[in-house]
Amino acid sequence: MNSAMVRGLRLVGQLAVDGVWRMGAASRFMSIVLRRSATTFRRIHLLIDEVYFAGALSLIIIVVSGLFVGLVLGLQGYETLKRYGSAEAVGTLVALSLVRELGPVVSALLFASRAGSAITAEIGIMKSTEQLSAMEMMAVDPYSRVLAPMFWGGFISMPLLAAIFSAMGVFGGYLITVVVIGVDAGAFWSQMQSNVDFWDDIVNGVIKSIVFGGAVTAIAVFEGYDAPPTAEGVSHAVTRTVVTSALAVLALDFVLTAFMFTGV
Amino acid sequence: MSARMPARHDKLKGKVQTRQLVEFDGVDFSYGANSVLRNLSIGFPRGKLVAIMGGSGSGKTTLLRLIGGQIKAHKGGVRFDGEEVSSMSHARLYAARRRMGMLFQFGALFTDLSVFENVAFPIREHLRLPEAMVKDLVLMKLHAVGLRGAHKLKPAELSGGMARRVALARAIALDPQLIMYDEPFTGLDPISMAVIANLIRRLNSALGATSIVVTHDVAESFKIVDYVCFLSRGEIVAQGTPEQMRTSNEPYVRQFVEGHIDGPVRFHYPAGAYETDLGLGG
Repeated sequence: MNSAMVRGLRLVGQLAVDGVWRMGAASRFMSIVLRRSATTFRRIHLLIDEVYFAGALSLIIIVVSGLFVGLVLGLQGYETLKRYGSAEAVGTLVALSLVRELGPVVSALLFASRAGSAITAEIGIMKSTEQLSAMEMMAVDPYSRVLAPMFWGGFISMPLLAAIFSAMGVFGGYLITVVVIGVDAGAFWSQMQSNVDFWDDIVNGVIKSIVFGGAVTAIAVFEGYDAPPTAEGVSHAVTRTVVTSALAVLALDFVLTAFMFTGV
Repeated sequence: MSARMPARHDKLKGKVQTRQLVEFDGVDFSYGANSVLRNLSIGFPRGKLVAIMGGSGSGKTTLLRLIGGQIKAHKGGVRFDGEEVSSMSHARLYAARRRMGMLFQFGALFTDLSVFENVAFPIREHLRLPEAMVKDLVLMKLHAVGLRGAHKLKPAELSGGMARRVALARAIALDPQLIMYDEPFTGLDPISMAVIANLIRRLNSALGATSIVVTHDVAESFKIVDYVCFLSRGEIVAQGTPEQMRTSNEPYVRQFVEGHIDGPVRFHYPAGAYETDLGLGG
């Protein structure tokens, strides 16, 4: 019994130490990426390539998902609000749900699955096929040439994708409630306009998407660079990127919401 | 080739130039508890082609990584052109690497770039040249390895031997002083192997570079190198010209050159008694 308890404690201790060590390694890694970011902005084509890779190539999934989330929100919102005789407020419900919460969170989760996993896989494969080592031996710093542009590409893309997601969601809500169900278009838009605050709702939503973008891309780049140089290692790193990013986004969402909207 | 040979110093353009381009002085290195290099002292003379031979895990690739500054010696020093690699600043190390070229075991070509772009990569990164000049330089390098006609292909469209030749063209793109080859003959058919061996010799002479070939291919390397050094468990067991190695009585060299399956390098990985493992013991 005693030895089982000791083994259990040892395991917990080991996990805690590993976790702290990994956090330290990730922080050190990100500090190097940030310090060597100047090249990314000096050679702007590197950044544009990565914004295309992380952002433009994620557009389809973001646009389609945003549209369907808006359609569902419109339907659900209309059915609920109708019971209380305020169906015209459905525009406000759709817009607030999207810009404050669903836009940043769902697009960050989609971004982690599409772009985050691709970033990890690309860096992991470059490492396992010695492309990063070859770059180092050619006196080209992989941090400046590959990792920093990837980080900034994702960081910039994410808020733009979240904005597109929210816009498509509002459009989906409009389609289902105004065009299909027949809610008054003037009421839909005017209620939305008067109830959605630029600073409290939109800017806070943008801040969330910036934070999520930084977290997801940092996790993706670190996991790729830290992946053991084997097929199995890269595959595990991709899985870790998606799982860790999802957990980080949800946890950060709670913290940010607590500060932004409840005045904690 | 030995570092035991006293280094001759010449005054060249105000800079003291040692006879050896690369020198290892009492180097120890280990991965965790696994000791890879033990008190290794060796020098690589300028303009010569040296083969480092030894079985898997003998520390050959580690030696190249120490020269390139990708890892640091735990004890002793590694000098490149008279300068200690481990004490170089980041900028100094990258400046030194511009004078090195390295051919990786499987080429390490950038898979998203064409053959042309792969060879152009170090030129574009380090030199501000007009596009027409970049094109000429790249085509000249590709012509030197016989692949000028393949410049539009992607790495996925190349055979193993062709990929190795493109990587070689990329390694010599900046006309390095030192070229390092990590297992250049691995996985190649006899024709490709002969082509690569011939290129290594020709490029070494044409560029006046110093070359270090890490390999365990005795036949091909003995044809082209000036000196051979045998490593076993991180220590030098024999060194000299290929002719001296062919006639050496050192058991490790004999096993390696003649390809005996058992000898100083054992066929069986260390294990307990066979009968015990099979449950036949009394």
